[in-house]
Amino acid sequence: MGFLPVVLWTDALFFVLLAIGAATIVHVRREAPLRAAWGRVGSRAAGMASAVILLAFLVIGIADSLHFRAQLSAANGAAESAPVAHSSEVLSALDVLLSSLRTRVEKTYSAPFATALYARETVELPGGGQSRIYPRLAWGGAHLGEATGERDADVARRIATGLAGAAGGWIAVAAILVLMLARRRGNGMSEAVRALWRGETALAWRAALFTLACVLVVTILAIRLAPYYHVFGTDKVGQDVLYLSLKSVRTALIIGTLTTLVMLPFAVALGIMAGYLGGWVDDVIQYIYTVLNAIPGVLLIAAAVLMMQVVIDTHPQWFATAAERADARLLALCLILGITSWTGLCRLLRGETLKLRELEYVQAARAFGVGTAAILRRHVLPNVMHIVMIALVMDFSGLVLAEAVLSYVGIGVDPTTISFGTMINAARAELAREPMVWWSLMAAFAFMFVLVLSANLFADVVRDAFDPRRS
Amino acid sequence: MFAYMLRRLLYAVPILIGVNLVTFALFFVVNSPDDMARMQLGVKRVTPEAIERWKVERGYDRPLFFNTAAKGSGQVTETIFFRKSLRMFTFDFGRADDGRDIAQEIRDRMGPSLALALPTFVLGLFASVSFALILVFFRASYLDFWGVVLCVAMMSISSLFYIIGGQWLISKLWALVPISGYAPGLDAWRFLVLPVVISVIAGVGSNARWYRTIFLEEISRDYVRTARAKGLSERVVLFRHVLKNAMIPILTGVVVVIPLLFMGSLLVESFFGIPGLGSYTIDAINAQDFAVVRAMVFIGSVLYIVGLILTDISYTLVDPRVRLE
Repeated sequence: MGFLPVVLWTDALFFVLLAIGAATIVHVRREAPLRAAWGRVGSRAAGMASAVILLAFLVIGIADSLHFRAQLSAANGAAESAPVAHSSEVLSALDVLLSSLRTRVEKTYSAPFATALYARETVELPGGGQSRIYPRLAWGGAHLGEATGERDADVARRIATGLAGAAGGWIAVAAILVLMLARRRGNGMSEAVRALWRGETALAWRAALFTLACVLVVTILAIRLAPYYHVFGTDKVGQDVLYLSLKSVRTALIIGTLTTLVMLPFAVALGIMAGYLGGWVDDVIQYIYTVLNAIPGVLLIAAAVLMMQVVIDTHPQWFATAAERADARLLALCLILGITSWTGLCRLLRGETLKLRELEYVQAARAFGVGTAAILRRHVLPNVMHIVMIALVMDFSGLVLAEAVLSYVGIGVDPTTISFGTMINAARAELAREPMVWWSLMAAFAFMFVLVLSANLFADVVRDAFDPRRS
Repeated sequence: MFAYMLRRLLYAVPILIGVNLVTFALFFVVNSPDDMARMQLGVKRVTPEAIERWKVERGYDRPLFFNTAAKGSGQVTETIFFRKSLRMFTFDFGRADDGRDIAQEIRDRMGPSLALALPTFVLGLFASVSFALILVFFRASYLDFWGVVLCVAMMSISSLFYIIGGQWLISKLWALVPISGYAPGLDAWRFLVLPVVISVIAGVGSNARWYRTIFLEEISRDYVRTARAKGLSERVVLFRHVLKNAMIPILTGVVVVIPLLFMGSLLVESFFGIPGLGSYTIDAINAQDFAVVRAMVFIGSVLYIVGLILTDISYTLVDPRVRLE
């Protein structure tokens, strides 16, 4: 079956960001001071542990950013040369991996691991008459047949085998790591194991392995259980909540990273120029960011999103598929969040450049007649990059949290985009129900908590490693 | 001092004009009033007459900047820019889509907003500073370490979770206070306790951590060493010296938000059904009532600028070394 690759705007920018990340890694490996700073990040247990979790989320995000449109099978009797038609539904690589979750849609709510729907329904009995029962789920625990009483034993068996699999996988990874460490350190395997166990390695591999064990257990349990049960239940239209949570990861990552990426050029260029050139340039730039700061952030976002929505709604011809339209709104949201958040970084960079301008090496460059552009590029920019780096990681968690709130208020992502905010928004109507439908809320909050917590921890470690005042 | 204040106030004028221009561009230039009318009336099956009527009702049928049809000064005043944007400087915001006067509505809703925001602010500041002080008192101990871990964990939780969880636990499970609603007068306290408590808890994580770093910075100063060398107890050093000096960055950091308390909190007010300015804004956003959103943007920026000026003044009050000239 053929397919047509689709590159959404956010995909393209996300991959640009990944490429920048890869280039940065290459660059860091060459520069000793940068390598030392990242070494400090790696030597901290919190840094390595949070990096492992963020990496796991990143893998999900990347898999969900490879979009395509599947080829429709040709109608019977169509000529061989007929143009190939593609489905208007845009899928991602993650959708293919999770197709068992995506397609197994129930009728409506069902609790985690349930085998029957959450609400009673009136059904016609075969012999006439009616009865109010909890209807059996179409997919949840379907392999059990009518023997739903064996569910607990079945779940326990799957968890046991899953844990065994996770342990096996973990031991394999640990063994590879020990081999690598032993080769690098040049003394035997047992010495490497001991160093690892005592946490005496240069990078905090012990914390990384421990986190990896947790990640592996969760992943493998999900792989073992999710095809047979709805581990996090189903939502109002019967979609699997685990699927929705995994899809939300990409939205969160895109908002958290692209926002900073799109505002970075403005913040860096304007901040450095304001600080270095001074005079009327400084006045103008300061005026611009004071004006933008003066407008309350939420209201500016609300106004801009409302306006963007009008633009998108009045120009349906720009978008071939619904996914592209939703994507345009996501990108617009990133831009708007960027506009409201670049002022802080700009002010920091301006202050730092003001300091750098008076340093001897910049003075010397100026005395030698080096041009302004060259001084900014060669002497100022590299020396403010640590501030940019810190801002990038510090902003991430706040943006992820902001997305949920904005989507909840109705000024966030498109309602058809799966995100933590839209999940919470859809679940809030059911809070008043008795018994409460708690699982989609808890799933969204739990995923968000893990993502934001690891981002916060990572940001702290990065700031400690890069901020010269803190060492 | 007076001359400085006057200059600051004059400096506020171009900023407000800038805000005005930005909002004007956002609301009228990015989309023409025709687009907005079509969106409000439904994109399909809308007649040109209906659009025209919608525009006349709201006064959007005039030209943007320059009216060639009018005479004399009317060429400037009979425009959308003059009527909708410049009139805001006189706090004349026109009418909302439901026909009510926006300025009157704002005056009515300020009370409930403040009744929620002011206790939240005061109690939040008190709770965060106390928590940070405890952490600093036991610094470099397990208590400090786990306290910081708790702070980071608390700031990683979505504010929506605090609200939903708090409502569920306190109002539904324990049935201590009503889940949402509002009553005028003193009866309001029953409705305000829960939102205030939840907002304080939601904010304590990030604030306490921030204040802790300020305290720690202050504690490494020379005067603290001198105070210790004099033989003062750690408690006296912390409360009488460090707290006083650390309040300078803390106060100047929070003064800027005091005027914005009038705006209320969007999330909390809409969750708890408090008829303040926050829920007014949310309702306007959901109903796409552009006039109200514009008015709130303008008021918000005025209050922000007031906050900046208050910050400058507060510097001179708490730190005698600073003089405004």
